[in-house]
Amino acid sequence: MNASFKENSLNFSFVAPALFIFSIFYIYPFFYSFILSLTNYDLIGDFNFKNYYVGFSNFRDVFTDKDWWKSMYNGGYITFWALTFQNILAFALALAVDKVVRLKKFYRVVFFILPVLSEIIIGLLMKQLLIGEPTGRNVFNNLLNSAGLGFMAQDWIGGDRVRMITALVHCWKGFGWAFVILFAGLQTIPEQLYEAAKIDGANAWQQFRKITIPLVMPVITLVVVLTILGTMQAFAMILALNAGAGGETTVPVMIIFSHLGGASKLAGLACAEGLILGAILVAVSFSMFFVSKKVREKYGVLPS
Amino acid sequence: MYYQAKKIITVILLHTFLISVALSCIFPFFWMVNVSFKTQSEYDADSGLKLAQSLNWDNYHKVIFEGGFWRYIVNSVVYTFATVIFIVFISSLAAFGFSRLNFPGKNIIFFMFLAAMMIPLPAGFVPIYALLQQLGLLNRAGYIFAMTNIGLSLSIYLLKTFFDQLPRDLEDAARIDGCNKLQIWWHVGLPLVAPALGVVVIFNALNVWNEFVLAKLIFTDEQFMPLQAGLMEFTGKMVTQHTLIMTALTIAALPIIILYIKMQKQFIKGLTAGAVVG
Repeated sequence: MNASFKENSLNFSFVAPALFIFSIFYIYPFFYSFILSLTNYDLIGDFNFKNYYVGFSNFRDVFTDKDWWKSMYNGGYITFWALTFQNILAFALALAVDKVVRLKKFYRVVFFILPVLSEIIIGLLMKQLLIGEPTGRNVFNNLLNSAGLGFMAQDWIGGDRVRMITALVHCWKGFGWAFVILFAGLQTIPEQLYEAAKIDGANAWQQFRKITIPLVMPVITLVVVLTILGTMQAFAMILALNAGAGGETTVPVMIIFSHLGGASKLAGLACAEGLILGAILVAVSFSMFFVSKKVREKYGVLPS
Repeated sequence: MYYQAKKIITVILLHTFLISVALSCIFPFFWMVNVSFKTQSEYDADSGLKLAQSLNWDNYHKVIFEGGFWRYIVNSVVYTFATVIFIVFISSLAAFGFSRLNFPGKNIIFFMFLAAMMIPLPAGFVPIYALLQQLGLLNRAGYIFAMTNIGLSLSIYLLKTFFDQLPRDLEDAARIDGCNKLQIWWHVGLPLVAPALGVVVIFNALNVWNEFVLAKLIFTDEQFMPLQAGLMEFTGKMVTQHTLIMTALTIAALPIIILYIKMQKQFIKGLTAGAVVG
């Protein structure tokens, strides 16, 4: 027992509570999910690895499960819309708010209301606005009728276009968040660069192309990666909006959730699904960062 | 003349674009509040597109007392308070330790917390649920611990970067005055990182308040459900009672919207903090 040991343990005790909770609720579950994925443990009775061991059959089941790949497709479809429509809208809004002088703060506050609220609230609210039969008198169809666009009225939460409508609602919920990050990125560009370009005779498009885009490229990459991660894990909003619409808008986490929360608890299968989804997402985000590094090198942008 | 006209037209076009998007964000909430004051027959007549005839609080009474909504609100407040208090104490202690104190293995442990933020663990709720089930913690305590863990990494990271920027002179002064390490953390460290604590509080409070998946899995008994799970339960029972559903949504959403408008700077900082780290 020397003084430095006492000192070290005293210092360590500052991080001990955090490490304790972190070990039980993060590190242990992290490895536990690998173990569980090799079993068919049903969460009844004591866990015994030998009794429940089934090898890699859970993974085989996931790979051959049509519903699972359909849900991956649905998730990818919504992600595609989020990457294009949502992020381009957010970028356009950020550029516009950056340009205007009045109401800057108002727009920023309003656009960020939706990300603040829970997915359940947004999903249920949109469901109430969109609910109804094809000829029914729901709010949205009423609005279209009064705007002379009655031919567009339809069944919004169960019809043929339900997947696209779900994707658009997801974009509506998410654009404010992308907007705030992109707007913050635009604000970091020094004004002198634009002034210098103007003196050199660059027009608005050239300034945008040669100054704005390269300098916000790191932020754009960040938004792209976070959009992919966030959208592929979307769940609660779609559950509240149309609960999967009979498979048309079922997303991966919804399947995992139903396997775990159903009458028979398929914990092993749910873990295998979570690990496969996680592996795909890690691969995607790593390759995105690799691509962005190449892009940055090509543009010759200083490391941020 | 020509350039001025062009400029004015550009500004008008920009504002038209921005305001139409802003309206799409605001309109649903006006509609929601409006419908919450309507009777069912009034709603059937106009789908809530006309202003409510009077401020009719009947729906609120029904939802909060007969629908048992007060219980969801109390539960959510309890879970949020407990989790945030745990996180503030545990993460600020740890951040102070990582920033100011030395012990073997410090960097490895800190790196572990960082790595937890980078690796997405979708469906991380599956092993956590299995774990809680085995520990016999499928109850309020288990939920609060699990939620505490979710916010821990980011909070430690934010507070550590803040502690790192503080001058050491203040601590030395406190030490000379006879403070021990715990007293330095409490009397010098915490007051100085108050701005960062604000961000930590808002980020985690919203996270718990809006959380759904774990709550839905853990609480099978309605009595213990927080707001988000309760909302799903409630709307499932009231499918055709549109005005009551909108009242419930108003009760859930409006306090957050008002709080957000009052403290929008902290909200935006708190919610984008996670993104900036990545």
